[in-house]
Amino acid sequence: MIRESQVWKSIFRHPMPQDRRNRIVVMLTNFFLHLHPVSVKKQGIALSYTWCMGGVTFFLFLVETVTGVLLMFYYRPTLEWAYNDILSLRDVTSLGILRELHRWGAHAMVITVWLHMYRVFLTGSYKPPREFNWVVGVILLLLTLLLSFTGYLLPWDQLAIWAITVGSNMARATPVLGHEGPGQQLLNLQGIDMITNASDARFALLGERFVGEGTLNRFYILHCIAIPLAVSLLLAIHFWRVRKDGGISGPL
Amino acid sequence: MHGSSTDISGFLGGYYLFLAAMNAVMAFHVWHNRHRVGEAIFWIVVFFGLMAAAASSLGHSPPGLPEGLRNAVNYATGPVIYSVGTTALLVLAFVLRKFLVQPRVAWILLNVSLVLMGLSMVDPNFAAIVTKPDNVPIVGLVFLLGFFTWLATAQAVKNDERLKQGLEPLEKLDNEKVLVWPDLVYTELICMVALTAFLLIWAISLQAPLEEPASRVKTPNPSKAPWYFLGLQEMLVYYDPWMAGVVLPSLVLVGLAAIPFLDFNKKGNGYYTIDERKFSYLIFQFGFLEMWVTLIILGTFFRGPNWNIFGPFEFWDPHKVLALNNVDLSQYFWIYGMGEALPKAPPGSSLVWEILYILKREWLGIALLIGYFVALPPLMAVTVFRSFFVKMGFVRFMLMANLLLFMAALPLKMVLRWVWNLKYIVSIPEYFLNF
Ligand code: HEM
Repeated sequence: MIRESQVWKSIFRHPMPQDRRNRIVVMLTNFFLHLHPVSVKKQGIALSYTWCMGGVTFFLFLVETVTGVLLMFYYRPTLEWAYNDILSLRDVTSLGILRELHRWGAHAMVITVWLHMYRVFLTGSYKPPREFNWVVGVILLLLTLLLSFTGYLLPWDQLAIWAITVGSNMARATPVLGHEGPGQQLLNLQGIDMITNASDARFALLGERFVGEGTLNRFYILHCIAIPLAVSLLLAIHFWRVRKDGGISGPL
Repeated sequence: MHGSSTDISGFLGGYYLFLAAMNAVMAFHVWHNRHRVGEAIFWIVVFFGLMAAAASSLGHSPPGLPEGLRNAVNYATGPVIYSVGTTALLVLAFVLRKFLVQPRVAWILLNVSLVLMGLSMVDPNFAAIVTKPDNVPIVGLVFLLGFFTWLATAQAVKNDERLKQGLEPLEKLDNEKVLVWPDLVYTELICMVALTAFLLIWAISLQAPLEEPASRVKTPNPSKAPWYFLGLQEMLVYYDPWMAGVVLPSLVLVGLAAIPFLDFNKKGNGYYTIDERKFSYLIFQFGFLEMWVTLIILGTFFRGPNWNIFGPFEFWDPHKVLALNNVDLSQYFWIYGMGEALPKAPPGSSLVWEILYILKREWLGIALLIGYFVALPPLMAVTVFRSFFVKMGFVRFMLMANLLLFMAALPLKMVLRWVWNLKYIVSIPEYFLNF
């Protein structure tokens, strides 16, 4: 009945994918399925070969996006509210489990992206013609870590600010651009240091001389907008290249 | 810290029940599918042993490790034992890989490690660290890495055997094409459902951590970076922040991105193999497993207050003092070697003189570094790495040589520290330039 209706037919332009023809058509006419090719080598999709790790990482990214957006409804990135909002996610909000899903999903994503890289290396899948996609992957790896790092600050508890303090202290020592980095003295104008603790790489990262409200704002925007956008763009390229490079790798 | 062993006995009961069930399935599998009765009986015995452990755990007296053993482990734990030990284990695993990947051996190893984990959990100090919510994923990482390393190595060993006989790798046998709907789409669907279930269970059973509100005056001891950066924090023991926090991480990324352009070996593209690409395999495994993952494990589970190393069963005592007097190379040379004071520009001298004096003070370290990074690569090119140099050309070879030397510099510095308490090879605090 429903499948005979005009509405259904306007969405799915073919019968159920139960015969060969329709199984091909479904892949070509469905936006989401269109990420895939129509047919693949059996070896390439064997679980023992890919461990499904790229796919799992992508799925975790989607989980993080959905739970993250929902968490944004409950969270205000200010000194006054950040900690209390997280606290009430734990104690009051009925959907508080979103926070657990989001945090454990983030840990899991870091782990699966490493495992994915590990698999790609061990199968030699970075070799021609897939060199560039490996490089895209390395950037995705960095962005995944940065996503996790920026998110770590948001609960604004002791764990958060001290982890970020330890992590960002290193930027103080950036060569030339950190105020305690080698070559820091190089940038000076008529004897006036250009690189101080209020103008160096660490300051740019934190927006302040220490981890404070300015940092919270910066990390919030990086975490919720800037990095996810960059990841999405690179993922699009990554997936597109997987197909353009001849699908999942296999013996030549 | 005390008496918490009863709190986790319920958890341990479930844990042993799960392990017992695993072995029951295994016993059934070898008996039913493989018709190996003797082996099945063995796993049944293991099953009963685990059931007994589960029973006593549920009766609030979970089995643990003897105190003497725990003390011995604590006593032995130290940077040297840890680093040399893990490296030795990895080398051993590599050499014995044909033996270790056999399913039976792997299953025994899995059982042993899981049981050891269970026995250790009874120790309150061990449990306190391992069950810290943010540390739980790292325990998962260790087991996942173990599993996937086994999976990859098992396939590589099989393929290497076949390749030696002139056959194609196993992956080639499955070369026929299948339709994505249903073959891939359904796999993906099942993966998504399983993963969602897994995440939900994890989220329900383990609460996300939330400590006291942030305070800039109360510094926790130890202060740790997020776990995935603990390898970098560990490098801070041996390097200044500009190296450990900026230069080396950048080089890790550059080095990773450069792999496809440095590895000129055309073999081993698209299938598991070790023999056909031993060099790149070993370098990557060393970099990833030893210099990244084991440093994270060290930083997470063994580094306590004041960044001291603690044994897995040791109480994290903030007052534990370790005498640390590390000495710079220049001090070794001038003070101990020449019996003089460190060269120092007379007060009021010009910048140029100051720099010249610094160069004089640090000449040995600077010469060593130049030797290591500038003279060694050409030397490598004409000796051990001759064939590499010929195939790679000048630029690519130099890039690879320098990346490798940077990578090797960390273990080298570790050894120098342990053996001679060497702090910096070049130490120019005037310009924040210590190496
Ligand atoms: C957010 C992170 C990432 C996601 C979501 C992702 C996703 C994927 C997916 C779905 C595939 C298809 C095959 C498979 O599932 O294994 C793939 C392939 C690939 N990925 Fe990633 N990836 C990520 C990060 C990386 C990283 C860190 C690297 C390497 C440094 C990498 C390198 C590659 C390469 C070279 C391929 C092609 C491999 C082949 O054809 O066998 N990716 N990726």
